[in-house]
Amino acid sequence: MSAPLPDSVDAVVELLAGESYVCDRRLATALYLSLKLQRPLFLEGEPGVGKTELGKVLAQALDTLLLRVQCYEGLDVSQTAYEWNVARQMIEIRLAEAAHETDRAHLVKSLYSREMLIERPLLAALTQTRSPVLLIDELDRADEPFDAFLLEVLAENQITVPELGTIRASAPPITVITSNRTREIHDALKRRCLYHWVDFPSVERELEIVRLKAPGAAERLYVQVVEFVQRMRTLDLFKSPGVAETIDWTNALVALNAMRLDPATVHDTLGVLLKYQDDIVRMQGGDTLKLLDELRARALLE
Amino acid sequence: MRGPTDMIAENIVHFARVLRGAGLTVGPDRVLQAMAAVEAVGLQRRDDVHAALSAVMLDRHEQQVIFDAAFATFWRDPKLLEQLMALLLPKISGRGERDRAPHANRLQEALAAPRAAHDAKPESQANKDQLDFDAAFTFSERERLQKADFESMTTAEFELAKRLAEQIALPIEPVRRRRHEAASRGRLDLRATMLKMARAPHTLTPAFTRPRVELPPLVVLLDISGSMDRYSRLFLHYAHGLARRHPHVHTLTFGTRLTNITRYLRHRDPDHALQLADEQVQDWKGGTRIASCLAEFNRRWGRRLLGGNAAVLLVSDGLDRDENGHLAEAAAHLRRTAHQLVWLNPLLRFDGFKPKAAGVRALLPHVDRFLPVHNLESLADLGRALREPALDPHSQMTRWN
Repeated sequence: MSAPLPDSVDAVVELLAGESYVCDRRLATALYLSLKLQRPLFLEGEPGVGKTELGKVLAQALDTLLLRVQCYEGLDVSQTAYEWNVARQMIEIRLAEAAHETDRAHLVKSLYSREMLIERPLLAALTQTRSPVLLIDELDRADEPFDAFLLEVLAENQITVPELGTIRASAPPITVITSNRTREIHDALKRRCLYHWVDFPSVERELEIVRLKAPGAAERLYVQVVEFVQRMRTLDLFKSPGVAETIDWTNALVALNAMRLDPATVHDTLGVLLKYQDDIVRMQGGDTLKLLDELRARALLE
Repeated sequence: MRGPTDMIAENIVHFARVLRGAGLTVGPDRVLQAMAAVEAVGLQRRDDVHAALSAVMLDRHEQQVIFDAAFATFWRDPKLLEQLMALLLPKISGRGERDRAPHANRLQEALAAPRAAHDAKPESQANKDQLDFDAAFTFSERERLQKADFESMTTAEFELAKRLAEQIALPIEPVRRRRHEAASRGRLDLRATMLKMARAPHTLTPAFTRPRVELPPLVVLLDISGSMDRYSRLFLHYAHGLARRHPHVHTLTFGTRLTNITRYLRHRDPDHALQLADEQVQDWKGGTRIASCLAEFNRRWGRRLLGGNAAVLLVSDGLDRDENGHLAEAAAHLRRTAHQLVWLNPLLRFDGFKPKAAGVRALLPHVDRFLPVHNLESLADLGRALREPALDPHSQMTRWN
C-alpha cells in the first residue's frame, strides 16, 4: 500500500486536513475505528454537511480507488454488483456453432465463467488488489430490499453469484455509507456498521472550512457569512442551510464583489442558501433584517 | 488480582446493560466491538472513549441524548476520569447514585429499576407503582378498554390506550398505480422475455409485469382545541403509530393556527416524538378557527402533500361558526384536491347527535365519509369502514333534518 493507514485519531485528523477536509475529533475517532476494526462507517446527517465528501477525500488521502454507488429507487443487483455479459455470451454461442463445437459441457462452463461477468461497483470493490474506498451514497433513497442485499457485502466482504460461487475480497474495501434519513435504515445493517451523526459544524470549524473552500473573500465577510448562517440554523426553517450552502453563498458573494452583508445583497442571493419558497418568504419577511441587526449589535458589521 | 483489561471489559459489559435497560439495542456482539474500539483508541482521552463507544453502540441520532446521559452518569468521577484510571475502577459499578440531574426519564428508570426490586424502600414506591400498573392490565382489561370512551378513562387506562393506539392497523388500502413492475404473473413482458431467451437459449420462460401497488399518502388534520383535548391526545399517538409504519403520513394540528408536526412524529420513541410535537404546537386546548386553518392548509400544504391519491383524515368535532361561508369554501376546495376526505368526529357517538352547529352543517356536504371515533374499537374499525362504499353525506343530512 502506498499510503499507510493512520495509526491514531490525531493521524486521521492530519490525514484529512492534508486534503483540506476539516473534521471534528468525534468524526475522526469513528473513522479511525472503522479503519482499524475494518467495519463500514455509517454516516447520517442533514444534507450538505460533508458526508459524501468524506468518502471522496478519504480515497484521495489514502491514494486509492474510489468506487461509488449512488442509490436510487429501483436499484438492483445488475446495476450495483454484477451482470452477465449477455452480448458476449451470444457471440460465444455463435462462434461455437460456426466451429461445430460439440462439447456442450465445456461451452456452458465457458459461458458462465468469471470473464463473462461485468463488474459493477460492489463487485469491483471486492476484486481489487489494494483496499479501495467504497462509497454507498444516500442509501435511504434505495428500496429496503437493497439493505438486505448489502448485508453480505458489508459483513463478510463477499458476494455470492449463484452460477459461479462466492467471490471473496482479498483486500477488504473501506466502506463509507451515507444517508439523509428520509427513511430509517434497517437495524440489521446498522448493527454491522459504526454509526456517526454528522452535525452542523461549530462557528470556528465552519469558518475554517469556508476559508479553505471558498478562497478570495475578505476576512470580515467570512465571519459575517458564517455567523449569519449559524444564526439561521437556529430558526425553525423547513430546510436549514448546510455547509455546502455556506460555501456556495460565500462564492456567490465573492462573485458579486460584495464586501460585507447588507439587506439588498442578502435578499438577492437567498436562493443560494434556501431552497424552499416558504423559507425564503419567511426570511424576506423581516428575519433577514433581524439577523443583520443582531450581527450589527455584536459589532460584526460596521 | 484481576488485570486492567478485565476491569475495562467488566465495566463495558455493565455499561451495555445500563443502555439496554434504557431501551437501546446493545447485543453481545456490540459489547465485544466496544472492547475492541476502546482498546483501539486507548484510554488517554475521555472524549475519544465517548466517541468510540457511541460509534459502536448507537443506531440513530435520537439515542445520543440517552447515551450521553448514561455515559456521564456511568463514568462519573471526573477527577479520576482525567487520568486513565476511571475505567479501571471497580467501584464505579454502574448502578449510580440517585440521580441529581434531571436525566432522560427512561435512563432513570433503567438505573433505578434493579434497586427498587432489591430493597422495597418507601421512596421507591413510585417505581413499584409503575411495575404494579404494568402487570395489572390483563387481557380482559384490554378488551374492556376497546369499548371505553376516551373521555371517561382513568389516567392509567388512558396510558394503556395510548400504547394500544400506536399499534392500530393502517386505515388505508394500497392503490394500483399506472406504472408496471416485474411480477410472477400478469401481463406478458415481451422485452424481458426476449432478454431471458438470450440468456438461456432454447428455453422459453415468459416474463410478466403488473401494475405497481402501493400505499397512498395519508394526511391527518387534527383538531386540538379545548373541546377535543382527550381525543386529540390519543389521536396523536395513533398518528405516530401510523407514521412509524407508513412513510407518507403527514400530520398537521390546528386550533387557532396550523402546525405541521410530521417531522417531530418521525422519532421512533413515542414519548420523545410527542414531546417534540408539543413544543411546536402552541395552541393546545385553545379555541378553534377551522375555516382559516383549512384555508391555510389548502394554500401552503395542499399542493405538496396531496399528490398521489392522498386521503385526508380530518379529526374534529366541527364546533365552529361558519362566517361568510369561508368554512364551506375551504372544505370544498379540500375535497376537490384530496382523493378522499374523511371526517372523524367523536361527537357522533351520541345517538341523538344532530348537526346543529353551523360548522358541522357547513362541513358535512363536503366530506366523503363521516365516522365516529371515540374509543379504540372505532379507531381499529376505521380501516374496514373506509373500504365500504361511501355513504352520501347528503342523505345523512336529510336524515337529520
